Amino acid sequence: MMQAIEANTQQNNIPFYDIGSGKQGVVHVIAPEQGLTQPGMTIACGDSHTSTHGAFGAIAFGIGTSQVRDVLASQTLALSKLKVCKVEVNGALPTGVYAKDVILHIIRELGVTGGVGYAYEYAGTTFEQMSMEERMTVCNMSIEGGARCGYINPDQVTFGYLKGREFAPKGEDWDKAVEWWQSLRSDADAKYDDVVEFDAAEIPPTVTWGITPGQGIGVNEKIPTPAQMTASDRDIAAEAYRYMDLQPGAPIQGTKIDVCFIGSCTNGRISDLREAAKIAKGRQVAAGVKAFVVPGSEQVKQQAEAEGLDKVFEAAGFEWREAGCSMCLAMNPDKLEGRQISASSSNRNFKGRQGSASGRTLLMSPAMVAAAAVTGAVTDVRELL
Amino acid sequence: MSQVQSVSGRGVPLVGNDIDTDRIIPARFLRCVTFDGLGAQVFADDRAQANGQHPFDQPHYQGAEILVVNRNFGCGSSREHAPQAIAKWGIQALVGESFAEIFFGNCVAMGIPCVTAAPADVHTLQEWLAANPQTALTLDLTTMQVRFGKSPISVAMGEGPRNMFLSGTWDACGQLTAQAEQIRQVANRLPYVKWNRAS
Repeated sequence: MMQAIEANTQQNNIPFYDIGSGKQGVVHVIAPEQGLTQPGMTIACGDSHTSTHGAFGAIAFGIGTSQVRDVLASQTLALSKLKVCKVEVNGALPTGVYAKDVILHIIRELGVTGGVGYAYEYAGTTFEQMSMEERMTVCNMSIEGGARCGYINPDQVTFGYLKGREFAPKGEDWDKAVEWWQSLRSDADAKYDDVVEFDAAEIPPTVTWGITPGQGIGVNEKIPTPAQMTASDRDIAAEAYRYMDLQPGAPIQGTKIDVCFIGSCTNGRISDLREAAKIAKGRQVAAGVKAFVVPGSEQVKQQAEAEGLDKVFEAAGFEWREAGCSMCLAMNPDKLEGRQISASSSNRNFKGRQGSASGRTLLMSPAMVAAAAVTGAVTDVRELL
Repeated sequence: MSQVQSVSGRGVPLVGNDIDTDRIIPARFLRCVTFDGLGAQVFADDRAQANGQHPFDQPHYQGAEILVVNRNFGCGSSREHAPQAIAKWGIQALVGESFAEIFFGNCVAMGIPCVTAAPADVHTLQEWLAANPQTALTLDLTTMQVRFGKSPISVAMGEGPRNMFLSGTWDACGQLTAQAEQIRQVANRLPYVKWNRAS
């Protein structure tokens, strides 16, 4: 497969950021890093987490192989127009609550099919106050909520991130670009097909307990019982209790963990590693737990090493790895074994997702993963801050 | 390009909501550069755990061409390997309560119609198939019905993709490349195509 991509990109004169180039990494990490992702663009990749790029005010979505062919052949795609649902979150995030918790909470509330047929427009002061990396985490998981794409209107935070990056416009073109980007924002009186609102103060550190990303609860809550659900959610919940071997009504906090994974296109950026390192610093990975950190790109890895984060993690007993996707989807040898249970900063807790047909995944923020690593169990990260 | 106006054949029910693409084709099978051979690997882990009782392994469903599923089928990744694996097993059309959008789009590009029906109708159809696995049914995209041994059920699909199937234009590539001049004009209007990247 690697030989095919090397040969194909060379024959067709497509730049290829190979391992060791200094620019290699997950496409949803490196395209923003290089300034390739810009407001107003339509971006398609053969990966569903392309929704990440919506953080820049781009329309970005995943496509399959045949549609990749259409793009390479014509630069266009045949698509149906999406409706727009404005997902408004207002207020400051409480301590210990991160962008990952915001999107896990939204999916928990709106469900895994809530976004089907829609683009999610994330609006409100919570997103306005977020960094670009936090916005990318939110938009990344739009697809887990059923929305093919999600976006945030471009603003000064967006422009500040882009300025000076390799593929960002330069000189006079920069000023023209900013002017055009500002014109792309949704009008104040824009009409939406649907609007939902959340209060940031009510969002807890969130953990999934089941086999869909919608099966999330606050770290201090108990696993929901069938009586607490709508009828249509009970079958998949019953399957989840069985597969996860977790009991309805039991607390999620204290659930023993075997493997801790920090990384992925959701949470493999430098700010994610910094937050996790704050928890790891001066502590030790619990006995019997395998914990590892996988930067989202070679640049993230380099930056983390320049800040000494690799040493913090290694001193705490984490493995420090090369950039890539790793155990988010387990295409390489990083896999769960047997019924192992992982605390993971990735995006999917599907059955078998992390490489073992009976392996189990609990999704949470990178700081919460680090907390689980040092205690050996699902832990409220606020107790360690 | 072939028109898809109806699909007739035996059916196979696959009960369960939120059946994701990792279950349809686990990631370890994605290291291929063609889709050949994926039919044998479809639902690999689910089938291994079901010990021969998975519908795709049960003898009476072998040769089925219409797959009947529940809510949010094909959620998760954009891997076209998922519908390709299902198609290589023999499926030509899907009927379900709802489909994930990327999965649906991949199926359109492959000429495999996915139609939705009311949950109660899907349950009726799944129960009927379990009792009558050897009897053929027909998905008719001209009347938007599934005809089987009971009264027909109504099915739905967006007008755009439905017309692509009926007119045989479901593979959009030819149509898109034929619009090269228009595409050039649009590209010329997009400001970012021409921005200077050198400082």
